[in-house]
Amino acid sequence: MSVAASRHLVDAHNLTVSYRVQDRWIPAVRDFRLQLAPGQIVGLVGESGSGKSTVALALMRYLSSNGRVESGGSLRFDGEDLLNKSMAEMRRLWAKRIKFVPQNAAAALNPSIKIGRQVTETLKAADGIEGPEAFERMMNMFHDVNLVDPERVAQRYPHELSGGMQQRVTIAMALISNPELLIMDEPTTGLDVTTEAVILDLLRNLIAERDTSVVYITHNLGVVAQLCERVIVLYAGEIMEAASVLDLFAHPRHPYTLGLISSVPKPGQSKGAAQLQSIAGNPPSLRRIPSGCVFAERCSLVADICRGRKPPLESLGDGRLARCHRWSEVGIPPSSIPRPLPPQGGKGSKKPLPLHGGGVWGGGDIETLLRATNLTKHFPVDRSLSEILGRQEPSPIRAVDGVDLRLSAGQTLGLVGESGSGKTTLARLIIGLEARSGGKLELLGMDARNSVRDRSQDLRSKLQMIFQNPQNSLNPYLSVRQAIRRPLIKLRGFASAAADAEALALLERVNLRAEYAERYPDELSGGEKQRVAIARAFASDPDLIVCDEPVSALDVSVQSAVLNLLAELQDNHGSAYLFISHNLSVVGYLADTIAVMYLGQLFEIGDARELFQPPYHPYTEALVSAIPVPDPLLSTERILLSDDLPSAQNLPSGCRFHTRCPRKIGAICETDEPPWRQGDAGRLIRCHIPLEELTNSQRGLSLAREAD
Amino acid sequence: MLHFLRRRFLFFFFTYLVSSLTIFFLLRILPGDPARVIAGGREATEEQVAQIRVELGLDAPLPQQYLTWAADFIRGDWGDTIAFRGAQNRDLIIERSVNSARLAAVALLMSAPLSLALGVIAGLFENKLPDILISLLTLSVVSLPEFVTGLFLINIVALRWGRGELAQSLGWWFPSSSAVPANASFAEMLPALWLPAFAATLVLLAYISRLTRAGVIEELKRDYVRTAALKGIPWRTVIWRHVLRNALLPTITVIAISISWLVSGLVVIEYVFGFPGLGSLLIAAIERRDLLLVQAIAMVTVTVILFANLFADAAYALLNPRVELS
Repeated sequence: MSVAASRHLVDAHNLTVSYRVQDRWIPAVRDFRLQLAPGQIVGLVGESGSGKSTVALALMRYLSSNGRVESGGSLRFDGEDLLNKSMAEMRRLWAKRIKFVPQNAAAALNPSIKIGRQVTETLKAADGIEGPEAFERMMNMFHDVNLVDPERVAQRYPHELSGGMQQRVTIAMALISNPELLIMDEPTTGLDVTTEAVILDLLRNLIAERDTSVVYITHNLGVVAQLCERVIVLYAGEIMEAASVLDLFAHPRHPYTLGLISSVPKPGQSKGAAQLQSIAGNPPSLRRIPSGCVFAERCSLVADICRGRKPPLESLGDGRLARCHRWSEVGIPPSSIPRPLPPQGGKGSKKPLPLHGGGVWGGGDIETLLRATNLTKHFPVDRSLSEILGRQEPSPIRAVDGVDLRLSAGQTLGLVGESGSGKTTLARLIIGLEARSGGKLELLGMDARNSVRDRSQDLRSKLQMIFQNPQNSLNPYLSVRQAIRRPLIKLRGFASAAADAEALALLERVNLRAEYAERYPDELSGGEKQRVAIARAFASDPDLIVCDEPVSALDVSVQSAVLNLLAELQDNHGSAYLFISHNLSVVGYLADTIAVMYLGQLFEIGDARELFQPPYHPYTEALVSAIPVPDPLLSTERILLSDDLPSAQNLPSGCRFHTRCPRKIGAICETDEPPWRQGDAGRLIRCHIPLEELTNSQRGLSLAREAD
Repeated sequence: MLHFLRRRFLFFFFTYLVSSLTIFFLLRILPGDPARVIAGGREATEEQVAQIRVELGLDAPLPQQYLTWAADFIRGDWGDTIAFRGAQNRDLIIERSVNSARLAAVALLMSAPLSLALGVIAGLFENKLPDILISLLTLSVVSLPEFVTGLFLINIVALRWGRGELAQSLGWWFPSSSAVPANASFAEMLPALWLPAFAATLVLLAYISRLTRAGVIEELKRDYVRTAALKGIPWRTVIWRHVLRNALLPTITVIAISISWLVSGLVVIEYVFGFPGLGSLLIAAIERRDLLLVQAIAMVTVTVILFANLFADAAYALLNPRVELS
């Protein structure tokens, strides 16, 4: 490395990237700066539309054909000017020294070429290595990224691997040429928390061993806090703030950063304690970039000067940069781990009922809305050749396998688990989109029919659903008013004029101005669409709303506002929620009771406020420990699970979790189904290990903080 | 794989049953009495017609007639022709089918590589000059019916240019008529095949190349193309090794399906060029009201089309690792 030319591996200055859209050049990224020392990991944080992926591709000089880097900026790699390099010279850099790890590994691998060939192709381009030597290097690399059975992986096609394995392959492909610079574009987004934790751990070790410099792009502040040394916060194409991770989280110098940090629900934060902070409004359109500060419209500290004059990217010393006129007035974010709440007595109706999983039901004076007993859904499987010859019936896929649940009026039941745990199937059984194969389901005190079509009008109006992706759940040809009118007329029998008035009232309740009534879904942002979907769900005045990952597709700053809205509507309407999410902090914030699901069964049920405290089921423990907490000071002892969830068609014997359980005690776990054990405050855990033993050996998140 | 094949075969037999029923009953409702045609038309007496009706089994109830006919067809007894006296329907159809297959093969060998190449080039240069030229060419060609391109080829290429200097100096040119003896060998027939095959190519060209173009454009946008390019391998290799493999997959199915188009689409072209194939046999049979021959030809055509589709599905499934065969 030519240290004489520059002590920075990457040195970008005043980088502006534009895209041509309908004969106009729109600057998507403006005045980007980056100085990256060898071996340093810098995080690039931003929400959708912030320009973070554009920066990634510009750093690699791989912009799409309608994009260009404007003159006036500079981009140096190891002292050499990248902007003047020819395509052939860039190709040589891509082959060996600068590597890219993409977000969606499934799409980034060629579907019709075997993994082995795709990886060795990289080696040939990088070092001209082929044949057995290349194969051996690949095997070593696969071993380094912890791919089980590497020789078989090499023989597979991408679609035959799990998401975590695919991402390991792309990481192996990037690291195999020992690059100096790694640009990673959200490499763990879309993976389960458990898999994400494993991949982040792997990356941390691999990067440290190799002394590689990394630009890590993400929307997840937790990942940044856990992995990076420095952070750059992007908003609407501009750097808002750049600082070391410790400084940024302790003393943000930009209102946007403060807003981002405060709006993420922290593990243990609950709706009972306080509302989440949120950032109002939406990012500006890149077609009409404001002449003043780009964040002014949403800023809580906004003053006249902010709208009139664009703040410069000021150097604040210690390597800190901030683009704010009022940076010295920015406050400190709330502590990331709130103290455990004292046992509540005040809100009587909100007190969770004791839940019994083993089929024994406790009494209660509150109306029970939903009661599932031994609820089961098995999907039949087509017979294979050997099964036809042997006249065997193939074992079905046991998506939901004997679940007992109970939910009372006005309560929120959170359902968590990895993808493949059966939580969405459970929701579809309850809402009636899927016919159950066994068990009992009572809704509003009556036996519920299987299909939503066979259910009474009354039941249908009392049971609503909010989906993950509002883009797909809203009809693009209906205006907002029309979408909300339909359930009002069909389910509540409103007359046309009354329905229009009620639709406007509903819009107001989800904080959308009346002018939104005549808009179509295409004219709304993601958060606004989800508000419309929520208004539509509340239109029939339901008693129970099934929310399937309702905020997962939303940006952080929008997500908190939607969570607040859901909590507020529940307070006013008394509706109960069945809230499904893979994000434990989000579930923990909104839920009164949390059920943990694994391979079609529940393994733990308990009060949400206790979720982050031992004792917990070893699976819950792993889920909790895997949360990337947005606080760099918090050292968690991660429990890493292997990423191969057993098949729901061929379930492990005994305790279903024993194949991955880090606390397996012996043969009993493989042979006997674990018993339900009852803890304090109605908490139930299904494990062979006695609760006292679990309590003694487990550490809670907040305890970890105090120990530091 | 077994499940896949079982479903395909069930589908195959069901389609076969429905098409054979349609062919049989549709031709029965058409005006014209086959027995009278066989007996010699208007001059035949009522007794003669009645006797032939009994001989052919046409006096039996319709369902029974259908079953007899279907069983005969499966056994290979397709009856005697009326149109070409003294010959068996089966021998005639087999001879003409072989000729049509030769024509179709030459047409496919000409059109497949040409249209794939044009489609790939157009896709790689999306909305640039090569794409615009290729699109203009293929779209203007596809909008001309086969008899127009056929007549153009005969009148301009074969007749006018055939008398020109180039043809004289070569000492060889395309014949204007493809009316060769039906039992000629492939080598003897080949000179007569070029022009009708080219006419068929022009029709297939637009269809296949447009699909190829769309496939290439779609694949170029995928993430794995970026992955491959950022490996630092030359763009040429990215295209050959990564893009084309995926882009041409659907096109292979289309080519297989176009075989079934060729079988029926060649009727017009064979007629225009006077080529002794299955298509011209069909027209002759219809003109002479040879009901049994028409039915047999229709059944053969259906068989070929169904097999071509089955083949297309199987080929796609085998070539694409993502199609679950279990």
